[in-house]
Amino acid sequence: MDERPVSLTLKLLALAMFVFLLAPLIVVVPISFSGDNYMMFPPTSWSLKWYPAIFASGKMTAAFWTSLLLAVVVTALSLLIGLPAAYTLVRLKPRGSEALAALFTAPLLLPTIVLGLAILIVFSRYGLLATFQGLVAAHLVVTLPYAIRVLSTALATLPIAVEEAAATLSAPPLTIFRRVTLPMMRSGLIGTTALCFLVSFDEVVLSLFMTGPRISTLPVAMYHHVEQQADPLVAALSVLLVVLTLLVVLVVDRSAGLARTFVK
Amino acid sequence: MSAAAAIAAPVPPERKTGLMLVAALLAPIALVNGFGFLVPVLNLARMSFYEVEPTGAMREVYGLATWLKVFSDTFYAELIVNSITVSLGITLLTLVCSYPIALYLHRSSGTWRTILLVLVISPLLTSAVVRTYGWIAILSENGLLNNALGAIGAGRLRLMFNKTGVVIGLTEILMPYMILALLAGFGRLDPRVEEAASTLGATPFKVFWRIILPLTLPGIALGCLLCFVLAVSSFITPKLLGGGRVFLLATEIYDQAIVTLNWPLAATLSILILVIFGGALVLYSRAMRTVI
Repeated sequence: MDERPVSLTLKLLALAMFVFLLAPLIVVVPISFSGDNYMMFPPTSWSLKWYPAIFASGKMTAAFWTSLLLAVVVTALSLLIGLPAAYTLVRLKPRGSEALAALFTAPLLLPTIVLGLAILIVFSRYGLLATFQGLVAAHLVVTLPYAIRVLSTALATLPIAVEEAAATLSAPPLTIFRRVTLPMMRSGLIGTTALCFLVSFDEVVLSLFMTGPRISTLPVAMYHHVEQQADPLVAALSVLLVVLTLLVVLVVDRSAGLARTFVK
Repeated sequence: MSAAAAIAAPVPPERKTGLMLVAALLAPIALVNGFGFLVPVLNLARMSFYEVEPTGAMREVYGLATWLKVFSDTFYAELIVNSITVSLGITLLTLVCSYPIALYLHRSSGTWRTILLVLVISPLLTSAVVRTYGWIAILSENGLLNNALGAIGAGRLRLMFNKTGVVIGLTEILMPYMILALLAGFGRLDPRVEEAASTLGATPFKVFWRIILPLTLPGIALGCLLCFVLAVSSFITPKLLGGGRVFLLATEIYDQAIVTLNWPLAATLSILILVIFGGALVLYSRAMRTVI
């Protein structure tokens, strides 16, 4: 492909916009090493005290474990529920499967603030507010559409001839699925796992409606902390979270190819 | 079952087991979707017609009081107009900031392109709370910008707890979506057409205005639709950077639902957001018909 040389104006403009885009992520790093008791840029002194402060804060550690457990449970359930659904919609193609697929991915079209309110009203009736089960159900509503989309794409792009070959060799359907289809879907499965995990771990608006004094998730705890006081604690937490996200992304990239998972 | 029996088996029962299988495989997701999405959303629409007593208690009696209140109270009219204009402004600003990056990405290649693409996607993978916190560090009273301005003796600006802060923060937060949408729409951009224009003596600005911009309109329309919709419904950033002083539909929904506990009003405002979404979609599809 013959490329047009990039003009200096465009280069400088793009550079400036990249700085703008990455600025909020970059500034939290120096602030996390601040020695001040409230947020200031540049910090007047330096220290490492905010990192141990995270672990000393019972609220944050409890919220972290809730978020981690929640993300793991939600991801596992998303795969368990999403895989049969995607297989049915793509391979068995029942009548009206397109309408069903649209219905199952529709929660993504709704703003989370509206979805959160709708779920809050119904879940309050069943005593599901501020419970782990309620959080799992609410998160599943948004992770499942992602799971169905990625898994359906993975299934639809598989060479069906291999499955047919296994069938002519008289393998029963379940064996074909387990021994042929599933291994070929590897990158789709890894992509779904990472996507559901990150979506659930980061979800804040739905969780805001579903949490309470008894149970909180990490993003909600961070939100309330930032709302109430501006100290460098959240900066240190942010740095740890960015590192954690990078790790997940690296693992996915090594095993499935990040670009393929997130860009289209 | 023997092979002969399988062949001899009548068709209808087999079809019946097929249907049973489909139903069994789809049952879990239907349950989640029904209980967590369909029922709540239908219930929300219904609740917007519930009456609220002056004491704040909700009565399960249908009426148009909430809707009439939203349409007669100037506060809500202002809220709606404010939400739409602020979101439009953010969308336009996001487009202006994202376009150079998208165009640059479109023209770069190889490892460099991959690195830049990861840089564009990485903020998307970072919590909005973290990025908003970063903006507080930049825009607050003791933040990066104000201290830099103070250092050069330019005085201080109020950049937070007002619309300025909300617009700056949301613009940055929405940029990755806009960049990806623009990139998806840049496929029609053929470098040979630009080259032809320049060899025919067009200035770089003229090439951009007459060739590049019209060819990338579909991507622009898609990106703008996406960002407008996300801006109208965003909540975390306006709440933290607006500090309760910037009134938008999304923040008002949360306050009515959690603080005031006026669920019918929150439901009505939610339906209004969906109506605005619908309007944006109609405008988008009209624009696409004239573009292509």
